[in-house]
Amino acid sequence: MALPIYASPLERIWHYTYLVLCTAIFIFLISPILVVIPLSFNAEPYFTFTEAMLTFDPAGYSLRWYDALLTLGMQAPEAIRDGAWWSDMWENSTWVRAAKNSIIVGFWATILATVLGTLAALGLSRPEMPYRRVIMAILISPMIVPIIIIATGLFFFYSNPCSIIGTECGRLTSTYLGVILAHTTLGIPFVIITVTATLSGFDQSLIRASASLGASPSRTFFKVVMPLILPGVVSGALFAFVTSFDEVVAVLFIAGPDQQTIPRQMWNGIREAISPAILAVATILVVISICLLATVELLRRRSERLRGVTPH
Amino acid sequence: MAFSAGAQELTVMSWGGAYGAAQTEAHVKPWSAASGFAAKMVDSDNPATPIKAMVEAGNVTVDVASLEYADAIRLCDEGLLEPISIDDLPAGADGTPASEDFIAGAVTECGVSTDIWSTVYAYNDSKFPGEKPTTVADFFDLEKFPGKRGIRKGAKAVLEVALMADGVPAAEVYDVLSTPEGVDRAFAKLDTIKSEVVWWEAGSQAPQLLADGEVVMTTAYNGRIFNAAIEEKKPFVIVWDGQLYENEMYAIPKGAPNKDQALEFIKYATSTEGLRAQAQYISYGPARQSALKDELLYKDGVTVMGPHLPTAPENMKNALETSAEFWVDRNEELNERFNAWLAQ
Amino acid sequence: MADLTAAAPAAAAAATAASAATLTTADGRPLKAALAAAQARAKRRAFLLVAPLLAFVVLTFIIPIGQMLDRSFHHDGFSANAPAVSAWFAENAQGTEPDEAAYAALAEDFKAMRENRTAGEAGTRVNYTLPETRSLFTKTARNADDLAPPFKEAFLAIDDRWDDAAVWQAMRSSSSAYTADFYLAALDMERAEDGSIRRVEENGRIYIYLFAKTFLVSALITLICLLLAFPVAHLLATLPMAKANLLMILVLLPFWTSLLVRTTSWIVLLQGEGVVNELFIALGLIGAEGRLQMIYNQLGTIIVMTHVLLPFMILPLYSVMRVIPPSYARAARSLGATSWTTFRRIYLPQTLPGIGAGSLLVFILAVGYFITPALVGGADGQLISNLIDFHMKNSNWSMAAALSAMLLAGVLVLYWLYDRLVGIDNLKLG
Repeated sequence: MALPIYASPLERIWHYTYLVLCTAIFIFLISPILVVIPLSFNAEPYFTFTEAMLTFDPAGYSLRWYDALLTLGMQAPEAIRDGAWWSDMWENSTWVRAAKNSIIVGFWATILATVLGTLAALGLSRPEMPYRRVIMAILISPMIVPIIIIATGLFFFYSNPCSIIGTECGRLTSTYLGVILAHTTLGIPFVIITVTATLSGFDQSLIRASASLGASPSRTFFKVVMPLILPGVVSGALFAFVTSFDEVVAVLFIAGPDQQTIPRQMWNGIREAISPAILAVATILVVISICLLATVELLRRRSERLRGVTPH
Repeated sequence: MAFSAGAQELTVMSWGGAYGAAQTEAHVKPWSAASGFAAKMVDSDNPATPIKAMVEAGNVTVDVASLEYADAIRLCDEGLLEPISIDDLPAGADGTPASEDFIAGAVTECGVSTDIWSTVYAYNDSKFPGEKPTTVADFFDLEKFPGKRGIRKGAKAVLEVALMADGVPAAEVYDVLSTPEGVDRAFAKLDTIKSEVVWWEAGSQAPQLLADGEVVMTTAYNGRIFNAAIEEKKPFVIVWDGQLYENEMYAIPKGAPNKDQALEFIKYATSTEGLRAQAQYISYGPARQSALKDELLYKDGVTVMGPHLPTAPENMKNALETSAEFWVDRNEELNERFNAWLAQ
Repeated sequence: MADLTAAAPAAAAAATAASAATLTTADGRPLKAALAAAQARAKRRAFLLVAPLLAFVVLTFIIPIGQMLDRSFHHDGFSANAPAVSAWFAENAQGTEPDEAAYAALAEDFKAMRENRTAGEAGTRVNYTLPETRSLFTKTARNADDLAPPFKEAFLAIDDRWDDAAVWQAMRSSSSAYTADFYLAALDMERAEDGSIRRVEENGRIYIYLFAKTFLVSALITLICLLLAFPVAHLLATLPMAKANLLMILVLLPFWTSLLVRTTSWIVLLQGEGVVNELFIALGLIGAEGRLQMIYNQLGTIIVMTHVLLPFMILPLYSVMRVIPPSYARAARSLGATSWTTFRRIYLPQTLPGIGAGSLLVFILAVGYFITPALVGGADGQLISNLIDFHMKNSNWSMAAALSAMLLAGVLVLYWLYDRLVGIDNLKLG
């Protein structure tokens, strides 16, 4: 942003102070991420810059933690790296399995939370909605209850979900469904909040206009409502996905050995055995995030160009 | 990717990290190969918590759990574990019956010792070019050995060390600690170094603190220091004086899906060979006398394990076995006191 | 949706013709009835859209939380395993000396407990009220075969604590499955031997202090986050979209990086021989002896938690600031307001929904975090969540549930305040 032309000298000083301040805050935000990247190439199993690393001695650096990501948990990590080795890695490597689990759980939890949440937000934004405040409070309550309380409660409930009707019918702990449902619950408030916020600026007369022109309710929804609230839905879905992807406490309590996710595996990496492998994972995730964010931004600019809108 | 787990497979639950890896390599994999029964290792922060919850909720998915001694006793008392008879366990490699081969306390009503580990303190050799710390009292001597100390945040294995450093003989520590004056005395001793202490939570933090130079000495699990010193060639030295050792137990949760195989697994893992195999991966001592008769080598094939084990005679001179009974009774109470003390 | 569109014009018509007495629709029904029916239909339709999610949340969230809170005042470890002596307690009022009948009932229970191996469970419950009774129970159960009349002497032969009034009081308060003991303990209180309530000894008081500290530290972190997030969100909201989105990456990257990784990397940065200290020494800001202690204390907790939670403040603020039209501020300036007045009277009030949402979010997340304080907080790193975690690990679920319930009550009060002041409808995120 530029200074207005009528700014006084005092305002100019304040403006530059403000820019310096913002820069400092951005450095604060990003510096831990910057530290992670070189340390993931550490030749030693500690989270510390060694002498050799600081003097840029090649011996201080290695790819051993990236290698460890692939080989940990493999049946035959020492074998020659042929097709069998790669399929062994794909099937058995602890981190690869964790990545798969994170994606499976995150994907389904996001879909469930987004579909249910968007529907509910549509209902909540209707002026006729009864008991609106109470229901809204219930729906966003998973966000206001500290995670450790939720995880504890879910663990007991999922151990025997039919206990509420006084029978037994198996369990949800140590199943994918249990973890997915837990993460759906955690993601729902984000979807509700972002979509209702988008809908609050939504002009309800558009629905009437569409209906009066003969569109069916479903056609109205997909052709009129959806495109307009899509940014809210996408941002809610993103929040839901990130919530699931970085969630460790509920996974600690509910997941079984087959549902270990990336954060759960990182938890091991910090609590039990010091292993910069978690820094290697973090580096990979940072690179992926940057690529994703850059792609989204490029697509956005492209569509703006195509629509003939110039960025302001 | 299927949505259900299951199938015929023995599930062993342990602590993860190097410890879990040692049990996987020494017990799970070879047993599975020998018996032809699939087996896998799963990690937990503390296996006792999920085991208790699983048994109470009536949905047990774990067949064998590696438990702290106190937890093995507590869960057994609450009827959450299957009893194991010592007579079912195989005799030692030299033919000694199991009941004589295992050291005292290594087999309880529901558990069999997989190893003996210990809480020791270790110092960074490069920080003390002159005189080196040798006794547990030196850990509390800020004048002779200045610098920050690392201690595990919690009452257990901390109050005992404080009393031993204050001159209480190992054999009398729990008698003293049973009295209110004894508890006060332990906290008073901790007060003398409180300002210089960095408290750690996870076992992996202790060697990290030493490596970072954040502390000059720290209490630690002996296996962690061994790994850092042998594998990573760090100048860390263990002081065995005043060590607190305890058994780690394999146990079978009540209602385990593969109970019979679980017992077979435990027999295999706690045989003389099984215990020796584990000691090749981590410096925790086997609880059978027959397992210590021949020299043991670390997996690198060079390091002799004997002097690195808590059970080595020279390491046992002033050693104390953690009292499970004491901590089962007083863990919560003393931790509340400990937290209140920390907050002062 | 067709009904809705039909109802809306009808409602409009009703508004204009409200004073008229009996209007009818085209098909002859009274307008009032038709309108009511249409509105009920619209209500039903709106509710039907919400219903699936409501059912889902009630089933997967409200019920589990309720079940867990039930544990905070319900523990039948003793009453279920020692029914005979529990019945004796029910029949005999507080203050009755345990007679031979009481010891006989206890002996009966111990024989059953030995049979079922449940002495540990019963003892654990009593131990929560009075430490060191658990081993008394397991020891007595092991010797239960020696329990023969006269029972009192038989019990005393096993352990002389069996005529201790404190033990009997602890059993009495455990003898009902419903108990307030865990809430008492969570308030640093206990029952005296005569059943009255008193505070625990001073060196054992911890929970009230930790509750206060948790809320204070969380409030402080929320405030710092707000102070740091405000200029950044403002900058992002006023920059052109292309530049703002690039800078937004700097906010989103930490947001998407695992909490555990960030905590670890702060340790690397802040420790005694860490990056920041080395940098300060290289710049000559501090001497080699004057290294700053920035971690393993309260400062460390605050720095790292602020970093972890900052994006949760920036994103809602940004989403609100983005849509504030700059013309209002310009209008204020052109009418002669100073830049400070413009900010205070025009801009700031418009950002309040964002401030509210961000603060609520950050505060609640801060209250619930226990991993970060545990790893970087040192001696000051205990917050109430750490103790909930501690009790969970020790399987003392009732105590964990009681602490959780109190924490939840505190959060709900805040939430209610927020709803009154800002309104939950105004909650906005990125």
